[in-house]
Amino acid sequence: MSEITAEQVAHLAYLARIDLSPLEITSLTHDLGQIVDSIAKVSEVATADTPATSHPMPLTNVFREDVVVPSLTVEQALSGAPDRAGDKFRVPAILDEE
Amino acid sequence: MAKAELMDFDKALELFEPVLGFEVHVELNTKTKMFCGCANEFGSGANTNTCPTCLGLPGGLPQVNKKAIESSIRLGLALGCEIAEHSRFARKNYFYPDTAKNFQTSQYDDPICHDGSITIELESGRLVTVEIERAHMEDDAGKLTHMGGATGRIQGADYSLVDYNRGGVPLVEIVTQMIEGAEHDAPEIGKTYVAAIREIAKALGVSNARMEEGNVRCDANVSLRPRGSNVLGTRTETKNVNSLRSVERAVRYEIQRQAAVLASGGTITQETRHWHEDTGITSAGRPKSDADDYRYFPEPDLLPMAPSREWVEELRLTLPEPPAARRKRLQAAWGFVNLEFQDVVNSDLLDAVEATVAAGASAQAARKWWTGEIARLANAAGVAADSLVTPAQLAALIELVEAGTLTDRLARQVLEGVIAGEGTPAEVVDSRGLAVVSDDGALIAAIDAALLGQPDVLAKIRDGKVQAAGAVIGAVMKAMRGQADAARVRELVLERAATIE
Repeated sequence: MSEITAEQVAHLAYLARIDLSPLEITSLTHDLGQIVDSIAKVSEVATADTPATSHPMPLTNVFREDVVVPSLTVEQALSGAPDRAGDKFRVPAILDEE
Repeated sequence: MAKAELMDFDKALELFEPVLGFEVHVELNTKTKMFCGCANEFGSGANTNTCPTCLGLPGGLPQVNKKAIESSIRLGLALGCEIAEHSRFARKNYFYPDTAKNFQTSQYDDPICHDGSITIELESGRLVTVEIERAHMEDDAGKLTHMGGATGRIQGADYSLVDYNRGGVPLVEIVTQMIEGAEHDAPEIGKTYVAAIREIAKALGVSNARMEEGNVRCDANVSLRPRGSNVLGTRTETKNVNSLRSVERAVRYEIQRQAAVLASGGTITQETRHWHEDTGITSAGRPKSDADDYRYFPEPDLLPMAPSREWVEELRLTLPEPPAARRKRLQAAWGFVNLEFQDVVNSDLLDAVEATVAAGASAQAARKWWTGEIARLANAAGVAADSLVTPAQLAALIELVEAGTLTDRLARQVLEGVIAGEGTPAEVVDSRGLAVVSDDGALIAAIDAALLGQPDVLAKIRDGKVQAAGAVIGAVMKAMRGQADAARVRELVLERAATIE
């Protein structure tokens, strides 16, 4: 069994801004541990001469020319925003007063 | 914000050795963003250049801008870097409203450029080689404006506003190796290094390289190592130091601040710090996240890049003369003394002077006009000098002065006309009627009138009191509305004084 701890899961949940209950943390700690163990098994099969891949497609250098295409209108861009002020997105205060 | 204790700079250097590192972000001047076809424009209306991809909306699919890759490779080559045979993008995950995607598309373990170096020259003539660890591509964040609160800064703001026009604009982040042995030159090394990067980016044409518009931004890492110790001190990273002078000041400040903390038995916290241009101090920002917390992973929406060696060599052939070599060549060709040449370089007028000389002007005249009258007018208007007139216009103006058609004083008026959009110098001379009056007949008539109008002065001149002629010359120049050559007027005044009845 891997060494995924409840603290690690809670930290990860914080980084991903996901609110987890203690019960969920317990169950996810177990699940993540199993996933890590399964991946470890794959690593046993892969030898040093197997290059790691990050993409299933055997393609490289797929580029776009530097040509401007129309953007969204300001109204379209802001249409999904929870809050706005004029033409800008409005977001809550970011840092607490020091 | 309490003002931190600072130790005297020389004293700090006696006790500690500064170790530096710089991360310089260069914003590329491609027409479009890094991963979408939205315009890469400074100064458009808020949120007018966005799309589902750069806003991180469902269904957005990034596509790599070929021109941005090309610019990144050229920049890497100019920094003496190796260009990776295999390179890919990675997601750097963090939650902050300056990116709507909740991650920055960056590069992690396969940067496009790595292992370069540039050599910079300090004012003392000392040469310092700065090793470049890597130069990687990433997309820029949107622009936050913090509202409310006492200070107008991020601390204590009530809320923030976001404009995502800059979100997704291509950046190259150039990361140095640790710079040791900087000693007392540490602040100047920071300034000179950033200036060199900026100059290279500008010479390549890959960036507008205007620091005041945020095209080149510097994060300065500073740590102190006690003399006699092998152990590196804890570093701080001062973010967004956005002028050359600020780089110098921020490095000096951090050395003095950290020295005071360490000498009084305190410890340095590894953190990012904010530079405050107005007060010249840094203040604590967020504690630096571990790279692990960013949970970098290969970007699944983008394919890897494998720049062919042929392409890299083609791009190498497009590199311009290195700016430092160009400066040496131009100074020798123009015959400027160091002070004159530095004045041109520091005013960012090297290109302007070079183009003016190429258009036929003498180097000294070009320098005098650009760093003198034009710089003065530009400064008053708050714009760049080279945005006021073209080198060709100035060369034409200088030619008129050297041909005797204009005095310096008249030429300044013509320059104003050219800047006001009244046409070429020759057209302004015509339309404003500004040419020097070289018709002796008109001058003599004015001189005779002035001499006869001031008989006492005439008597003095005839008595040999030549300096009395000044009053007459002044009257004549006034009558000619300044459009006469004062030396010629003086000659004629003395001549007429002797003969007039």
